[in-house]
Amino acid sequence: MSSTAQAESGRQCPTSVVPNVTTESSPQSAPAPERPVKLATRNLSKVFGPRPERALEILRQGGSKADAQKVGAAVGVYDANLQIREGETFVLMGLSGSGKSTLLRMFNRLHEPTAGQVLVDDLDITRLSRRELLEVRREKFSGMVFQQFAILPHRTVVDNVAYGLEVQGVNAAERQRRAREATALVGLEGWEEYYPSELSGGMQQRVGLARALAVDADILLMDEAFSALDPLIRREMQDELVELQARVNKTIVFVTHDLDEALKLGDRIAIMKDARVVQVGTAEEILTHPADDYVEAFVEGVDRASVLTASNIMQPVKETAFLRDGPNTVRTKMRRHGLSGIIVTDSERKVQGYITSEAVRAQIEDQAADRERLDRARVVPATTVGLQTPLQDIIGIASEASVPIGVVDPAGRLRGVVVKGAILAALVRPGNTDQNAGAAGAVRGEAANV
Amino acid sequence: MFDFRIPLRDWIENAVRYLQVELATLFDGFADAVSAVIGTLLNGFEAVPVLVLMAVIVLLVLWLTGWRLALFAVLGLLLIENIGLWSPFLSTLALVVTAQILIVIVGLPLGILAASSDTAERIMRPVLDFMQTMPAFVYLIPAIMFFGVGMVPGVVATFVFALPPLVRLVNLGIRQVPGDLIEAADAFGSTRWQKLIKVQFPVAMPTVLAGLNQSIMLNLSMVVIASMIGARGLGTEVLRGIQRINVGQGFEAGLAVVILAIILDRMTAAMGRRTEKRVRK
Repeated sequence: MSSTAQAESGRQCPTSVVPNVTTESSPQSAPAPERPVKLATRNLSKVFGPRPERALEILRQGGSKADAQKVGAAVGVYDANLQIREGETFVLMGLSGSGKSTLLRMFNRLHEPTAGQVLVDDLDITRLSRRELLEVRREKFSGMVFQQFAILPHRTVVDNVAYGLEVQGVNAAERQRRAREATALVGLEGWEEYYPSELSGGMQQRVGLARALAVDADILLMDEAFSALDPLIRREMQDELVELQARVNKTIVFVTHDLDEALKLGDRIAIMKDARVVQVGTAEEILTHPADDYVEAFVEGVDRASVLTASNIMQPVKETAFLRDGPNTVRTKMRRHGLSGIIVTDSERKVQGYITSEAVRAQIEDQAADRERLDRARVVPATTVGLQTPLQDIIGIASEASVPIGVVDPAGRLRGVVVKGAILAALVRPGNTDQNAGAAGAVRGEAANV
Repeated sequence: MFDFRIPLRDWIENAVRYLQVELATLFDGFADAVSAVIGTLLNGFEAVPVLVLMAVIVLLVLWLTGWRLALFAVLGLLLIENIGLWSPFLSTLALVVTAQILIVIVGLPLGILAASSDTAERIMRPVLDFMQTMPAFVYLIPAIMFFGVGMVPGVVATFVFALPPLVRLVNLGIRQVPGDLIEAADAFGSTRWQKLIKVQFPVAMPTVLAGLNQSIMLNLSMVVIASMIGARGLGTEVLRGIQRINVGQGFEAGLAVVILAIILDRMTAAMGRRTEKRVRK
């Protein structure tokens, strides 16, 4: 599963900004250790309605979901075999009715499986008594995050966030402390004593997320968690989840019907259709090698290059140099982060240019050169694009630029960096790259900030 | 039409007689407990100076609702005192409160049971329908047989008649709690009890309070009927008015019942609105 490792390593170090371009462009060479399986299913099935056994028999003999329906059974999930690894963000994707939410709910037995096993840390939870199941739900799972938030209207934000801890019998002081911590983690500091009805949808979902994070167990289940939010808030929450995940490193199972969301969040994606898992793989695998016509049709509608913008694929800037930095300071900064070049900004984070490690070394070795400031002449123009520059335009720029591309806001301040690896990861198919590269010559207005 | 008549009457009589004998100790114990509660309440009410008791009631009203109803309570209570109905008013209050305590003690668990099991609901529904639609006077007969005359059979008849709305609305309220809140409670590993106490009941509270309000109103409507089997209070005064065809006397006592009803109704309705504001988005 080398491609899995590739996606995971990419997610693990999202802050390797202004990177060593050569390793980033050939990520396959980076061997990541296989992480242990956290959550697995074996031949897991769920049939609703009377006589589920008969429906399963029909499916076993090659019948479809519709055939099973004729005997009055609604097949939710059939024969799901998944291996979800520790620290992975695993997306279950499919249209409504495909069984993705049912599958998710079998992981903690909110839905009782009809057949098959659910293994949490190699423990088959389908065999557990109710009491043992409660323990597993408390200790292994960070609850669940729901589409309609499912927060308690009669409780304040902080009391909602503390719910999971309260159920576990954590004492009041400890509960308050951890709940406040989690509330701050999702950016709701100052809202602790408000009631849910006083909060916007996006904020309510933050409460839902904080409630799960407060428990701080390994597995986080998210059911269409962002689907009820309006597009801007939704994208913001996605970004924050990615950022949070880098910090908390949970095993996340995320259900969505939105391919873009799946591609953005998922280290791996399982695509479901008519109660079956039809393909599991990284975004690249699914986009480039769809398992069947269904997945291909699903994926086809997405023109990644025209949909995504710089703000979608940029990564945070880890370090910048200032003109007033001495060359030794700059060299230390670059070494600390393993950079081969660094973007130079002024004190307001406005981009001034770019300097390579060679240029810095040259300045240090040049006896006549300035010790206190970077030599202006050695700083080359930086390549920048705007936050809203489409990916298809960035491709053209990236193919010409040998340095990382800075992303600037309308005021010219540096907001992030686009690296080549991220562009590749964001693209649908290799074919699209060539097609769009031609049109990418035209750089948007604010893009060429030299 | 037929010579044969189904001896329904005999069956019921026999059944009641049988219970009367077999469960005599149980009924006696129950009767003692109920009369102890009524006695304690009444003694308490009478031990407190009239004006102090009035002030307590008015402050409670003021805290729960607002100054308008508090003003109404002041005037209403003073009127009751003025027309010499304070003592029967206290008897009625003790009767109503005792019956209501019993209704809540029995009604809440039954409502919760009905909400947690479809079978329980299916069994309870016709029983509740029966209890509520059977003319209230009918309950007086077995009440007398089991408990004699006085306050206790009054409480029992009132209890039977006013219990159904509370059970129904507790059931309804809990069943209406959104499914994802239940799933959330389960996903975090709540026990049944935790789910009930921390999620279902608080979210159902506005509906539960509506049930409480309705049962209090039915409870009050039994006051006059219960007086026919010797439950003292405002009902007795109304009854006297009827017997003597004294419209003034009957009207005065009736007015006192109305005043009590308005105060209790508005108070419980205000409690419902309070929780509702928070629970409904």
